[in-house]
Amino acid sequence: MRLPRVNFYPLAGPAVASAVSFAIGALLILAIGRSPVDVYGLFFSQTFGNSYVLGQVLFRATPLMFTGLAAAISFRGGLFNIGAEGQLTVGAFLTALVGCSGHWIPSGLLMPAALVAGSAGGALWGAIPGFLKARFGAHEVINTIMMNFIGTALVSYLVTNVFLVPATVHTPAIARAAEIPRLDLLTGAFQGAPVNLSLLLALCVCYASYIFLWKSRPGYELRATGLSRNAAAYAGIDVARQTVLVLAVSGGLAGLVGSNFVLGYKHYFELGFSENVGFIGIAVALLAKNHPLGIIATSLFFGILGYGSLTINTVVPKELANILEAIMIMFVIVLSRLVDRWMLAVQQKSAA
Amino acid sequence: MDALFTLAFLTQIARISIPYALPALGATFSERGGVVNIALEGILLVSAFATTAAAFVTGSPMFGILCGVICVTLKADQIVSGIAVNLFAVGITKFSCQLLFNSSSNSARIAGIEQWSFLAAVPVLKNPFLITTGLLVVASHILLFRTKFGLRLRAVGEHPEAADSLGVNVARLRYAGLIMCGGLTGLAGAWLAVDQHSFTDGMSAGRGFIALAAMIIGKWTPIGALSAALLFGFAESLTIQLESASRYLQLVQMIPYLLTMIVLAGFIGRSTAPASVGIPYEKEAI
Repeated sequence: MRLPRVNFYPLAGPAVASAVSFAIGALLILAIGRSPVDVYGLFFSQTFGNSYVLGQVLFRATPLMFTGLAAAISFRGGLFNIGAEGQLTVGAFLTALVGCSGHWIPSGLLMPAALVAGSAGGALWGAIPGFLKARFGAHEVINTIMMNFIGTALVSYLVTNVFLVPATVHTPAIARAAEIPRLDLLTGAFQGAPVNLSLLLALCVCYASYIFLWKSRPGYELRATGLSRNAAAYAGIDVARQTVLVLAVSGGLAGLVGSNFVLGYKHYFELGFSENVGFIGIAVALLAKNHPLGIIATSLFFGILGYGSLTINTVVPKELANILEAIMIMFVIVLSRLVDRWMLAVQQKSAA
Repeated sequence: MDALFTLAFLTQIARISIPYALPALGATFSERGGVVNIALEGILLVSAFATTAAAFVTGSPMFGILCGVICVTLKADQIVSGIAVNLFAVGITKFSCQLLFNSSSNSARIAGIEQWSFLAAVPVLKNPFLITTGLLVVASHILLFRTKFGLRLRAVGEHPEAADSLGVNVARLRYAGLIMCGGLTGLAGAWLAVDQHSFTDGMSAGRGFIALAAMIIGKWTPIGALSAALLFGFAESLTIQLESASRYLQLVQMIPYLLTMIVLAGFIGRSTAPASVGIPYEKEAI
């Protein structure tokens, strides 16, 4: 007899992984002699409830949507992009640079130009490893890692030697016309929280990525290449071109991170502003099973984790959040394998 | 320029090169066995911390075993789990540092290493880590290319199915590669802590990835890895030494990464990774 199968099992892995990481977190809290109930109680009471806190969470979720999408698109295309950190650094730097160039660009176009510059910078930084893979077969994992360091070194050289405001580690402020307005000024809600209109941009990009992946021909080709490069090539897809394209699109998404911090919050580029969002984006994508709409949810989840860890910092070190994130990634990848294997075993048994 | 090639300069090269050379050597073993280990950075950081907390003997090989459980036994994706280990290392070191030393960024000062006084005449050689590194490179070369173990490890990295069919235990050898990698990287972490007399957060500062680069440029051989590490150490020391050039330090630090990309693209001789590196081995069901 065959029961209709509701496909819940893709959600099982992430749910169990989150639960396990919070449980291990509880053990760590116990180990330092605090009560997990109190700490988690504080954590959740501080991250829900008023609109300021919600604004803080949304502000932290915004860059994660971009980097989460960057990771998801590359995974879907069958490639690893570990270079989001470098791509977003180069992108955000260019965003700030264009944002400063008020004299050259008409003020109405300044903000879009800054966004395009950021995205283009990220896309270029992604396309280089893509090209090296397509042309020479050089592994994109190593090359995207290398491009992280090259990007960070290059930008930090330029910031400290060329575009520095003396006695700081940031660039001059962008022109007013390039600023992205904060939501508290627009709506009156989220008083005092830095969340800004980039959030809307991020949500739109998530939806656009969903349409791109599942409702468009290039998206179909991208997924086909990701599932099997040989089959895709046999079906007439230019796999080499796809390789460059996937990493360029992925990098272009990561390059939009600057919109939130540079255009929407501080209004300048600062070294080390990203706080690892490039890497956490990989966790965001994995937990969402590389689904663009799922990424909205998982970004919020990691936004809560990021802001919540600050609120408990007085009781336990805020680095607890990093530990939880790492354990979550570990369990997601391990569990999804175990679940897949178990499903396979069940199928084989019923077939026999 | 006269003062350039003094003993002090050579000592500085050695100081900088050690934490590149040892993890590069370690990664040579794990990759030869077929496991990509981008967790070098995290292991380096954790072992630097563990050294200041006086427990480094147990610290780093344990991480090798952890990577083994994840990558070999559970066959999880090696790249993603490497990223997770790196994130974990950042978190756990700061967390523990806060607990032990009441600051998440700095540990208390620890004692340095005892200098070997019988070699005092030659200052560079007073550093026991330096001599150990040299000996380990030679030993690794012999182990990898002149012993049964080395042959098997390489076979497992190239063609695990073939090795398996000849009765070689793929999982056990991959574990061995990772544990050696953990141990060697741990030694480098210990050196970092001892050299700076304390732990500071994020003190590995990308060295794990430079080591990965050194291993690739060294074409997956111990002597190559050491040479690349020395080359990077030399370039960095030179920049630090030349007062006027120190403004370009960030650009000089790009060299290892650029070189790696050029080597990987095949412009400097052939550089081929072990054929099965990065692919979990699934034993055929009987």
